[in-house]
Amino acid sequence: MLVEAVRRYATTDLRPAAHEADERGEFSPGLIAKGWELGLLQGSVPESFGGFGDRSAVSGALAAEELAWGDLAGALAILTPNAFALPVLVGGNEAQKQEWLPPVIGSGWRPFSAALLEPHFDFTPSELRTVATSENGGFALTGKKTQVPFAAQADQLLVFADLNGSPQAFVVPRTAEGLHIGDRQQLLGLHALPLFEITLDHVRVPVEARLARLDFPLILASFQVAIAAAAIGVSRAGFEYALQYAKQREAFGGPIAQKQAIAFMLAEMATEIDGARLMVWEAAWQLDRGLPASKSAYLALLGAADTAMMVTDRAVQILGGHGYIREHPVERWMRDARGIQTFLGLAMV
Amino acid sequence: MPKMISFETPKSILETVTMIETVATEMMRPAARYYDEHEHETPWDYINFMHQALQATGGLTMAPGPSTKDGTPRQDYQRLAHYVEALSWGDAGLYLCTPRGGLGAAAVSATGTPEQKARFLERFNGEKPVFSSMAITEPQAGSDTAAIKTTAVREGDQWVLNGEKIFVTGGRKSLEDTPGFVVVWATINPAAGREGIRSFVVEAGTPGCTVTKVEKKLGIRASDTTAILLNDCRVPLGNMLGDLEAKPRSGEGYKGVLRTFEATRPLVAASALGIARAALEFLKEALAEQGVEIRYGLPRSRMTNLEREVTDMEIGLRSAWLLTLRAVWMADNKLPINAEASMSKIKAGDVVVQITQRAVELLGPVGYSRRHLLEKWFRDAKINDLYEGTGQINRLIVARRILGYGRKELD
Repeated sequence: MLVEAVRRYATTDLRPAAHEADERGEFSPGLIAKGWELGLLQGSVPESFGGFGDRSAVSGALAAEELAWGDLAGALAILTPNAFALPVLVGGNEAQKQEWLPPVIGSGWRPFSAALLEPHFDFTPSELRTVATSENGGFALTGKKTQVPFAAQADQLLVFADLNGSPQAFVVPRTAEGLHIGDRQQLLGLHALPLFEITLDHVRVPVEARLARLDFPLILASFQVAIAAAAIGVSRAGFEYALQYAKQREAFGGPIAQKQAIAFMLAEMATEIDGARLMVWEAAWQLDRGLPASKSAYLALLGAADTAMMVTDRAVQILGGHGYIREHPVERWMRDARGIQTFLGLAMV
Repeated sequence: MPKMISFETPKSILETVTMIETVATEMMRPAARYYDEHEHETPWDYINFMHQALQATGGLTMAPGPSTKDGTPRQDYQRLAHYVEALSWGDAGLYLCTPRGGLGAAAVSATGTPEQKARFLERFNGEKPVFSSMAITEPQAGSDTAAIKTTAVREGDQWVLNGEKIFVTGGRKSLEDTPGFVVVWATINPAAGREGIRSFVVEAGTPGCTVTKVEKKLGIRASDTTAILLNDCRVPLGNMLGDLEAKPRSGEGYKGVLRTFEATRPLVAASALGIARAALEFLKEALAEQGVEIRYGLPRSRMTNLEREVTDMEIGLRSAWLLTLRAVWMADNKLPINAEASMSKIKAGDVVVQITQRAVELLGPVGYSRRHLLEKWFRDAKINDLYEGTGQINRLIVARRILGYGRKELD
């Protein structure tokens, strides 16, 4: 089963490489390419566009949880092309899908990326400040985007911008005139993932660059489910690590896990993770069924992000002072967890 | 690998839930205040109506049935969870007065032999409503059920029971108001601790078994909570639940009685969440009346305090309800639910207490007023964090399970 393969990769590749990748600020050579070979995106795109399957948000959520359990930065790197290709698959017309999907999935992992987030504290996906205006039979894009993965190397970027009051998506070549890519961003977490702020200064694209049938609420819900599933993976990583530590660490004559103060924390962490995961799965299931999922995906992400912060904070707490030392991964998971809500648009299932 | 559950509510369940919602709206809500203020009055109007309604709908029962004959997964526990949620949305106190089963029946269902099930459960299908209860708690033994002192001594072809039981939900209805029964936990060997504990069916009218007190409570006042005295109370040998002849392995008898809790905990969670949903809906309606709409999709930095409160309540409620549905779905699919049952109850107990307490606070003098049922739901809510295992006991159960510990390692 696919999820088993993803879990194996997360266990044998992502997890062991995570610490060094975080410290060095880059992934070891071949790591992301190997994750790409799992075929998560290829298996979501029909044969007619170069893939070998159909998109399923439930399967995608299961895979995203496993990958993020291994390493969130690595998971997001592997899923970056998804955030470009899946909106094209769902919101593009036939010609757009024919043009843009085969290059993404045809030849190994390539940095096709999406730009949704904007650099202000009250960023709201449905109220984008990057604006598209109609001009000479095409569009001109102006605004700022932040935390765009691999923007400096990207072949194409899927830029979300407001057109007459509704969010739309535009395929923009990285080399387009007026598109400026800033320095690599330094964040609280996700150190291994190259992220960039980009500025769009009257960037002109042809009319065909706009995804013709974009259902933005649907795309947004799919972004939310992907990130929420990843949040569950980070939570589970922290929970499992703290649980094993608590069984081994002795204090006052026995393992600290035998103290209710610790054991009850773990019981609550497990309960919160399971409840949050069920909300993610339900929203994913609704997406697959074509049922309304906007509210459930939004609440699932809020819940999963809260869970990730609570669980990873407690994981650090259970390790005590040792949790604060970077030799243990719990401090990294705590840093990654705080960013969950701002990772919207970095992955899609 | 976490278990993927079905998120689709079976159509037949949805149809009945719609029916129950009508009962909840038309009958339970209007009666809720009256029985809250007339604490020890048995709500016969509700009881008789429900008995007839449940009988008229045929298979509808408050106790889960046996496995399906054709091997398809059962839906009994899922069905029950939905019923209990909808009835508790109407009124949690009245819900506890629903005939055709109860905790005693659940215990017989979970741990009785086929003969015992036939003998004790038949009465719930009769013309008149009948009740059953569980009698576990004693004045000196609550969560520490292994410390119970009520004894069962075999004399010839009878068990002789002696002891005092308290906090028996519906005890008066099971023993005095109707020809029901209580399932009594007693020890057959006080020296053996929990290994000596067994459960016994004591039927209404059995000499030596008397209701000695009906408690006055914070909430769920429509439901009687009683003390029961067992004084040389004699029951037939066959009233001990389980197979008398089968040699139980070490601890088997106690595990048997604990299985009852695994089955009923998700139903307590469902009841809690019915109250929670009622309170949340009331809060949102009261806000809407004042023109306060809850917007979804905003980052927390742009939410009003009320929006933040309400979205957090909705997340808690949904997550607890899905944990509950998972537990009953797994039970229907014959999967062990030791940890899952406790998780659902931990979360539901927390959520209902939080939602009702916050809703009363947020609505200020309106929330605090007895003109509305919200203050009653605040009082009703708390029992769900107490009975069928306190929040702490359920945390202990989950902790032991995830850590792979027994009582010896984690006490």
